[in-house]
Amino acid sequence: MNAPMKNPVKPRVAVHKFSSCDGCQLALLNLGEDLLTLAGRVDLVHFAEAGPLDPDADVDVAFVEGSVSTPEDVERIRHIRAHSRLLIAIGACATAGGIQALRNGADGAQWVAQIYSHPEAISSLAQSTPISSHVKVDFELWGCPVSGAQMLAVVNSLLLGVAPRDNADKVCTECKRNGYPCVMVSRGVACMGPVTRVGCGALCPGLGRDCYGCYGPAENANTDALAAQFASLGLTPQAIVQRFQSINSQAPVFLAAADKIRMHGDG
Amino acid sequence: MFSQPDRARFLPLAQLHALVAQLMQLGYQCLGPAVENGAIVMRELDAPDGLPRGLQAEQAAGRYRLTRDPLNRYFAWANGPQAIKPQAFAPKESLWRVERDDAGALQFAAVEPAAPAQAIIGVRACDLAALALQDAHFLPAGRRDAHYAARREQLFLVAVQCAEPGATCFCASTGDGPTPTAGYDLALAELAEGFVAVAGSAKGGAVLDALNLSPATPQQIDAARQQGQAAAAAQTRTLPGRNLREALMSRLEHPRWDEVAARCLACGNCTAVCPTCFCHAEADEPALDGHSSRHERVWDSCFGESHGYLHGFNVRSDIRTRYRQWLTHKLATWHDQFGRSGCVGCGRCIAWCPVGIDLTEEVAALTAEVRS
Repeated sequence: MNAPMKNPVKPRVAVHKFSSCDGCQLALLNLGEDLLTLAGRVDLVHFAEAGPLDPDADVDVAFVEGSVSTPEDVERIRHIRAHSRLLIAIGACATAGGIQALRNGADGAQWVAQIYSHPEAISSLAQSTPISSHVKVDFELWGCPVSGAQMLAVVNSLLLGVAPRDNADKVCTECKRNGYPCVMVSRGVACMGPVTRVGCGALCPGLGRDCYGCYGPAENANTDALAAQFASLGLTPQAIVQRFQSINSQAPVFLAAADKIRMHGDG
Repeated sequence: MFSQPDRARFLPLAQLHALVAQLMQLGYQCLGPAVENGAIVMRELDAPDGLPRGLQAEQAAGRYRLTRDPLNRYFAWANGPQAIKPQAFAPKESLWRVERDDAGALQFAAVEPAAPAQAIIGVRACDLAALALQDAHFLPAGRRDAHYAARREQLFLVAVQCAEPGATCFCASTGDGPTPTAGYDLALAELAEGFVAVAGSAKGGAVLDALNLSPATPQQIDAARQQGQAAAAAQTRTLPGRNLREALMSRLEHPRWDEVAARCLACGNCTAVCPTCFCHAEADEPALDGHSSRHERVWDSCFGESHGYLHGFNVRSDIRTRYRQWLTHKLATWHDQFGRSGCVGCGRCIAWCPVGIDLTEEVAALTAEVRS
């Protein structure tokens, strides 16, 4: 990320999809006018959901949504890495394996056998893993989905030739700046905000409900202290495990928190 | 507020709306208590009779629950998560912007803050003491913060004596309440039939005069005074002294710091609700067209990662050093900086800590040997 990308040569950008719901790509598509401004400053060479198709092109920046979940994914991400100057993982799937990584702690083959009439037609890996488990990732943008504002900030930083700001503060920071009273204190709900990374603008607490951790672990996340507070709010060990084992179940900090409770309780 | 009893007036309950109406007529946007997300917050009143009655909140460490005041008073609640701070020290704002002109030169321009005339109705003695500390930080001679100053000058503060302190309150211990003594435009003490009202500024005096109120009787003033004393006596939490500088600074390696760090989420809620915390972060927000940028200021916290970041390393990478920084600044080194402690005893950091860490309990544990 040391060599700034100078205008007027437009940086070539690709947006790739792996195992995911497309929500992060939609965050980009939903930018409206900003997307048009952006399109004037970069050359969008591959973005299947928006139109341009050239998955094998050499690019300056590749945004990658989704987790690596099939044998084909493993090959494809290596190919993309080899053809991209910078690779940026976007969203919970690409940074932590996503909701589909809930299978990592279970017998996935058995699930497939239970659900599909022709399980042999399903080719998936036993584990759903983040992009960084397979190739070097230059920057990770957490969130389920990422917000359009986050995407713009990253692209803008790259266009200016500086490293994107990596803000790993807790959701509480944004919650208080927005003037929202703490829902854990005022309503006794099990809010994940104190261990979750900023980025969403404290969307859920702003609507009077608890954060469920879609932006992944914040820095210095004291999951032990939060789990203890969840227990004193009346949550069972199993319910506490479920709080940590949701959208970012395989994020190491959340996985360790859940494993610790499973070892010590009946969760 | 009772130092000049002959200046005290009596505002009957039925006339409270007349006070609000007059403030509105003078052009003030009036903020008063309202319920939001299960808490009492300060929001704009839409009508002179818009002040709610009977609000109350039960507070404990990490817990805040709305209740009803059986006496249906206007101000029987102790405090909510915020009062004055967000109005004077904005949680997020633009300080300046820069544009690249056609010749490629940078043009800098100040961003004028929106500073509406605001009256805040129901602020407490602790809030006023805290505001004086924020003033000391943001408005020292020679380096006044223009944005803070613009909003601060527009504030009209209607203080209320606390009759029902929360279980988390300890303003009597810090010497900052529960009866307002300074810093208000008007101060009210709520009695069964109305309010003892006194002015604390010329503009407060003008508002009070215009209401044509009768003088408060000696009995009413006495009842209000006693109410304040009873509220002070009802407080259960204390700090072991008003200057804990030596007691804390001599215990920087106390094992209690590790203990509290194990419980602390480092979420920064204590610093956000603290009415004296003033830390902020600044960052540039470049526009997408690549030709302009805004310089933003947001509330920051010593519990966050970037707060302790110096070039190339972090001086407070763990929760232990962050909690210690907060507590020792607030209660110890604040004395060097501002000549007093940074704690006004509002108890917000106790009630609004999601895991209920109690500052008074931590200080007691840290200074136990000193006191014995």
